[in-house]
Amino acid sequence: MDDTLALVMFSGTDDKLQAAAVLTAGAAAVGRPVHMFLQYWALDAFRADRINADHGAAPEAGADGRAAMANLRSAGQASWADTLRQAKELGDVTIQACSLSMDLLKLEQSDLDPVVDGVEGVAAFMFAAGSGQIVFI
Amino acid sequence: MALEIAIRVDARNLSCPMPIVKTAQAFKTAAAGALVEVVATDPGSVKDFEAWSKATGNPLVESGVEGGVYRFVLRKK
Repeated sequence: MDDTLALVMFSGTDDKLQAAAVLTAGAAAVGRPVHMFLQYWALDAFRADRINADHGAAPEAGADGRAAMANLRSAGQASWADTLRQAKELGDVTIQACSLSMDLLKLEQSDLDPVVDGVEGVAAFMFAAGSGQIVFI
Repeated sequence: MALEIAIRVDARNLSCPMPIVKTAQAFKTAAAGALVEVVATDPGSVKDFEAWSKATGNPLVESGVEGGVYRFVLRKK
C-alpha cells in the first residue's frame, strides 16, 4: 500500500525511539498504516526485561539534551513504548523484529515485549513496505 | 447558540502527538455527526488539528485560544 509508512529502527536510544513513536502515532491518527522493522540496538531496546529501562540518548544530545528529555518525561510525557502501544490501539500499526538481529542478539520472540507482533526477514519487510517510503532511524 | 458537545477530550499538558492520539481515539467511539471538543496546551496543536481535520475529512467546526488553552470543536463525518 502506497501510504504505508515503513520505519526501519536501528538505533536503540530513547530519543530516536521517541521520535519514531511520535511519527507512528501521528500516522496512525491520520489513518496511515505503519510497518516498523526492528534491527540491531533498536531490537535490543524492545526486550521485555529492558523496554522500560533508561536507554540514553544519541551522542549529539549532549548533557543539555539529556536534561531536556528528562524534563519532558517528568512533565508527564508518555514513554516511547506507551506511545507505540496507544498507536497500535488506534490504527493499523505492525511491529516486526528482524530475524537476523534476533540471531545476532540470541533472542527468542518470548524475550521481547508483547508490543512486538512477530519476527520477519527483510523480504517480508520489503513486501510490507510496498512502493511507499522507507525511513531509517 | 451553544453547540451540543458529545465528547470532551482534555489534552492539556500533553505533548505531541498525544492531543491528536487522544482525539483520534475519541473519534473511534463517536457517532456520525457528533461533535467532539478538545482542549490542549501544546501550541503545535493548532496546525495539527487543521491537518488532522483535512487528512481524515472530519470538519473542524471551531478553533480558538484563551489564556494559553487551545480549543477545537470537530464534527465526525
